Amino acid sequence: MSPGTETETPDVAKKTPLLEIKDLHVKVEGKNILRGIDLTVKAGEVHAVMGPNGSGKSTLAHVLAGREGYEVIKGGVRFAGSDLLDMAPEERAREGLFLAFQYPVEIPGVGGMNFLKSALNVVRKHRGLPELDAMDFLTLAREKMRLLEIDEKLIQRAVNVGFSGGEKKRNEVFQMAMLEPKLAVLDETDSGLDIDALKTVANGVNSMRSPDRAIILITHYQRLLDYVVPDKVHVLAHGRIAKSGGRKLALELEKKGYGAFGQSDASVAA
Amino acid sequence: MAVGSDTAKTIESATGGDYKYGFVTEIDMDFAPRGLNEDIVRFISAKKNEPDWLLEWRLKSYRRWLTMTEPRWARVRYATIDYQDSYYYAAPKPKELLNSLDEVDPELLRTYEKLGIPLDEQKQLAGVAVDAVFDSVSVATTYKEKLAEEGIVFCSFSEAVQTHPELVRRYLGSVVPYSDNFYATLNSAVFSDGSFVYIPRGVRCPMELSTYFRINAENTGQFERTLIIADAGSYVSYLEGCTAPMRDENQLHAAVVELVALDDAQIKYSTVQNWYPGDKDGKGGIFNFVTKRGACRGVNSKISWTQIETGSAITWKYPSCILQGDNSVGEFYSVAVTNNHQQADTGTKMIHIGKNTRSTIITKGISAGKGQNTYRGQVKILPGAAGARNYTQCDALLIGDECGGHTIPYIEVRNPTAHVEHEATTSKISDDQLFYCMQRGLSAEDAISMIVNGFCKQVLMELPMEFAVEAQKLLDISLEGSVG
Repeated sequence: MSPGTETETPDVAKKTPLLEIKDLHVKVEGKNILRGIDLTVKAGEVHAVMGPNGSGKSTLAHVLAGREGYEVIKGGVRFAGSDLLDMAPEERAREGLFLAFQYPVEIPGVGGMNFLKSALNVVRKHRGLPELDAMDFLTLAREKMRLLEIDEKLIQRAVNVGFSGGEKKRNEVFQMAMLEPKLAVLDETDSGLDIDALKTVANGVNSMRSPDRAIILITHYQRLLDYVVPDKVHVLAHGRIAKSGGRKLALELEKKGYGAFGQSDASVAA
Repeated sequence: MAVGSDTAKTIESATGGDYKYGFVTEIDMDFAPRGLNEDIVRFISAKKNEPDWLLEWRLKSYRRWLTMTEPRWARVRYATIDYQDSYYYAAPKPKELLNSLDEVDPELLRTYEKLGIPLDEQKQLAGVAVDAVFDSVSVATTYKEKLAEEGIVFCSFSEAVQTHPELVRRYLGSVVPYSDNFYATLNSAVFSDGSFVYIPRGVRCPMELSTYFRINAENTGQFERTLIIADAGSYVSYLEGCTAPMRDENQLHAAVVELVALDDAQIKYSTVQNWYPGDKDGKGGIFNFVTKRGACRGVNSKISWTQIETGSAITWKYPSCILQGDNSVGEFYSVAVTNNHQQADTGTKMIHIGKNTRSTIITKGISAGKGQNTYRGQVKILPGAAGARNYTQCDALLIGDECGGHTIPYIEVRNPTAHVEHEATTSKISDDQLFYCMQRGLSAEDAISMIVNGFCKQVLMELPMEFAVEAQKLLDISLEGSVG
């Protein structure tokens, strides 16, 4: 899985980048958080965006997903050939952008199954696919749950209500598997997980790898990358991509920490 | 029919044949002049050919009403109502029939469509001439024949006055006395029509009784009067509601509903109220000032109120239970929605008189826009109500930051063996929740609908199946435009 031109197939999807971020500057509450991000992700690739706390990792994830309160002051983002920043959050989702949240919110009273079925059908409708009825949905959900080793009871409960940290993250990965996005952004999905949960998450991500899909792993630690081998690794510091490289860069970071990038709030190793 | 014949005589002696007819001739039209006085009360009574005792009851109510003042304790604000500037009687005006749906207000049609009302029914509701595909009259008739086999009386209130005067006389005002409160007293003086139900001893009413057909057929006015009597061991489920928003010009709706449950009888009363709520700026809309009360007179009797209140500019309504019979049960399940400038002050009263009486109160108040939503409820345990229990749960959901949700419980316990529980929560649909849903592809409106329906599930479950679906759609419609 080494990145490079020699492994690329002359696939059309591969030629046009799925995601193209150019000179992106973003302000949050008047503070400049992103100061000129350039990042190109092609279909079929897995990118890891690493960086210390406060480097702008989560801001990047939220801007891509269309969260309010993030002011783009310069630059642009193209997604699958369209201007991403022009689209409403739900349009981005329907177009195939998925964000696995760092802190998935609880929605009392809304059953997980009902929630996911509605979301899936909205997305399917958008893609010109027929909507799934309850039986078909359940069959599909069970299949994915088995694959991801997720307890079936999870979707019988209200969305994220009373879930443990690990259950919330697994649920995010499960939703990703169900919605089959073109681009999945995982915002620190690995943080706070024990080794079993981490493996489940990694498993889920690996099962999602496909020539038509790109994945961005936003992470503080390199340990997830022991299980999900990225094509490219980027180090984010002070709102910019300070360095890009291959898998080795992550290992290097594990040894040296983020100090070399002028931010050293924590060690990279788990 | 002793009462009936007595009444006929009394009418003649008391009113004098020619006064009555003279009066009618004098007016000789289908509506009474604006304003309210004793003549208007007499006119209404005469129009309905009512027995003398009923006229006297109306007059007694009217005189009492003159001495009363409007209650102002509710947490609602509105301009003073000029009671002399209203019409108190108007015969159903035949609606001008339109030729096709093209002539109907498109917004109205859009709403019908959302409610999933079939096209023919849409035409019927909108006042378009239809052929006999959907014939509510014949449906109503088949209904009546089937019910009559069981001895069930289900008819308009006016009809019951003529056909079952003894029942009406015995129970009218026995739960909500003529002097009860300003609006109920006004209603007692000028009530137009409503429903009457009598379920004989031991009969389980084989179908849900609904005002639906009748309202469409007869166009009942603003002062409805409903009386339901469930004789010993009987059961009835009654549905009250309109399936479509009525663009009603009338400002004030002051209805009275009385329920009587005798030994081992059960009454389930469900309401979906969707009167015109006024426009986005709070102009227009119905003032819904309603008195609903049920008496569990017999032992082991049960009265259950379920209401979905999405309409009206102002709702002032406290469907209550008087738990008189030992072991009787009262229930109140409510969803009240206020959006834009709507105000609701609604709740219940559970008056525990008998031993081991039990009551449950579950209310869900949803506020959006500039809406104000108040739960006001009283739980009263009287000294004789040994072993009484009450459980109350009041939940408020806020959408946006300009609305309000309020909970005002009054709890009065005079028996040391009683158990009373009160729980209340307030929550807000957070931006985080909305964003999470939108990130999964749902629109903000779908997200709100999902969260609101989840919030109301406990109450919606109490509704008969087809009503629940309708109620859910109504919730969506009433909350339209509450975000973004």
